[in-house]
Amino acid sequence: MGRKILLEKINISGIESFDIYRKSGGYSAVEKALKTMTPVDVVEEVKKSGLRGRGGAGFPTGMKWGFIDRKSDKPHYLICNADESEPGTFKDRYLMEHLPHLLIEGMICSAFALEAHTAYIYIRGEFKYLIGILNNALSEAYANGFLGKNILGTTFSLDIYVHPGAGAYICGEETALIESLEGKRGNPRLKPPFPAFVGLFGCPTVVNNVETLAAISPILNMGGDFYSKLGNGKSTGTKLISACGNINKPGVYEIEMGITVEDFIYSEEYCGGIKGGKKLKAVIPGGSSVPVLPADLILKTAAGQPRLMTYESLAEGGFETGTMLGSGGFIVYDEDQCMVRNTLSFARFYHHESCGQCSPCREGTGWQERLLTRIENGEGRLKDIDLLADISKHIEGNTICPLGDAAAWPVSSAIRHFRKEFEFHIQFPEIVKNIRHGNIDKYL
Amino acid sequence: MSENYNKHKIYERNGKTYAFSDASLQRIKEIIGRYPEAKQKSALIPVLHIAQEEFGGSLNADIMDYIAGLLNVKPIEVYEVATFYTQFYLDKVGKFVIEICQTGPCLSCGGDDMIDYLKEKLGIDVGETTADGLFTFKTVECLGACGYAPVMQVNTCFHQNLTKESIDNIIDLLRTQANEPKSNDDKWVEKFCLKK
Repeated sequence: MGRKILLEKINISGIESFDIYRKSGGYSAVEKALKTMTPVDVVEEVKKSGLRGRGGAGFPTGMKWGFIDRKSDKPHYLICNADESEPGTFKDRYLMEHLPHLLIEGMICSAFALEAHTAYIYIRGEFKYLIGILNNALSEAYANGFLGKNILGTTFSLDIYVHPGAGAYICGEETALIESLEGKRGNPRLKPPFPAFVGLFGCPTVVNNVETLAAISPILNMGGDFYSKLGNGKSTGTKLISACGNINKPGVYEIEMGITVEDFIYSEEYCGGIKGGKKLKAVIPGGSSVPVLPADLILKTAAGQPRLMTYESLAEGGFETGTMLGSGGFIVYDEDQCMVRNTLSFARFYHHESCGQCSPCREGTGWQERLLTRIENGEGRLKDIDLLADISKHIEGNTICPLGDAAAWPVSSAIRHFRKEFEFHIQFPEIVKNIRHGNIDKYL
Repeated sequence: MSENYNKHKIYERNGKTYAFSDASLQRIKEIIGRYPEAKQKSALIPVLHIAQEEFGGSLNADIMDYIAGLLNVKPIEVYEVATFYTQFYLDKVGKFVIEICQTGPCLSCGGDDMIDYLKEKLGIDVGETTADGLFTFKTVECLGACGYAPVMQVNTCFHQNLTKESIDNIIDLLRTQANEPKSNDDKWVEKFCLKK
């Protein structure tokens, strides 16, 4: 069994309640931080841990916290990003449903480090049932003196509120989230200024993902140095991977970073192999926006080394032969899945979710969807494939926020690795029509 | 703020009246209190959710104007938000809004078969409402439950690992509730979430 840090206590019955969570050692990190450490000590400890943002970008959390403008006379805000919407990703929902107090405990320690006295949990509107769970857990924390005024008799006070979104993927981007929390459309802001200086209501703000915040109390308990030795190189600690698609055991798994991709897909401890004994065709390892890789390249790097579940190993080979760990939304496709249809579904997703602010993204995602629809319906032309690749190149890097890149990469990587399948759709539409979910390998 | 709030507790125009229940007004007051002084616009999305629940499942210009008055913002500020977010409906919807995921991971697990089956079962196309006003059928993008694909929501209730049989059960159960008042309390959610 791999080491569990976040999910260590998941099997304790009743762990979602304050009493059981507290009895099994919960909230000790709050005591440690508030009574024995200064805010800067907490930031230093997180810096030492090497923890990287778990929402997808992998930016070092301690460094992000280090940017907060402590000289400002304005209030500071902490925002928990619970707008989990990246296709393939469902780990935060799992954490909030089963371990709401782990998140709240982490938020109290983090708010203390950032000298924030108000924190918001921005949760996607579709997760209505989770809002009830979180509000229950928050009331319990208030009732037991871990939230509110003068927590544990110290001078530190904190209020946490749950704020629902209303169905917009873009609000997972931190500046769009801040706009949305201010009651506006989720249009991302230009950076700089960064939220650490000008964030929510124009005040210094830090936005962290649910899983990142949940990792803070274990880090304070075990010490940043200890945490930094877990994992592999700069991919320290453990990561939640939400595995889905054509596997025997879809679900949320905590892995110590550094296990091989092959182990993750085939071992009984994790995905348990491909459903129905079929062959592995492709994997998108970090949520729909990271490049898709065919079976041979996801299991081994182009240099023939086994691919590991780390930020670095998955990225090895750049976008030519590599991909990204992203959010840990691990989507597995078996041999019968059609890459054109799948890419079309993601193109439609990004077209629908583009906020419309930047023309390359607003127009480009529409063109991607229309061209892919044409190819999928057997009305494509061979030159459409290069046109598609060209469009994604023009979106990438030309937008205010990373949604443009996220929309371009699934399309460009699918063409790079599965070009023959696109050509087959265009050349033999009649065959494709009859094998809607089909495996065209036998025709190639 | 509170002066404005009292002034706009009830909305009347062209013979139409909208007024939140006292319980909802209390909730709205509490929500406004979560944000700093003069930042009550932050309450807009939560308040639109409450309005949609209370006023028949969808929004219209009158409801949005009412909320603009309550929160002391311009009507256009409400319109631009209501039109941006997918969970706000500007057209009338049925009592039960069925939203099924059509994104990659669900499709790879048979999601499109479930979409076809629901069309056949309800006798309507995507985006339509049944003649009895009971069901509106929509396809949506990723619901963040990919490990339990295929997935759909019925009025914020998750139904996971869908099969034709489970869809039959869900629709049959909802049909028995045609005449019961729709409620958003937890008991209602418990009763209808066959699988959370």
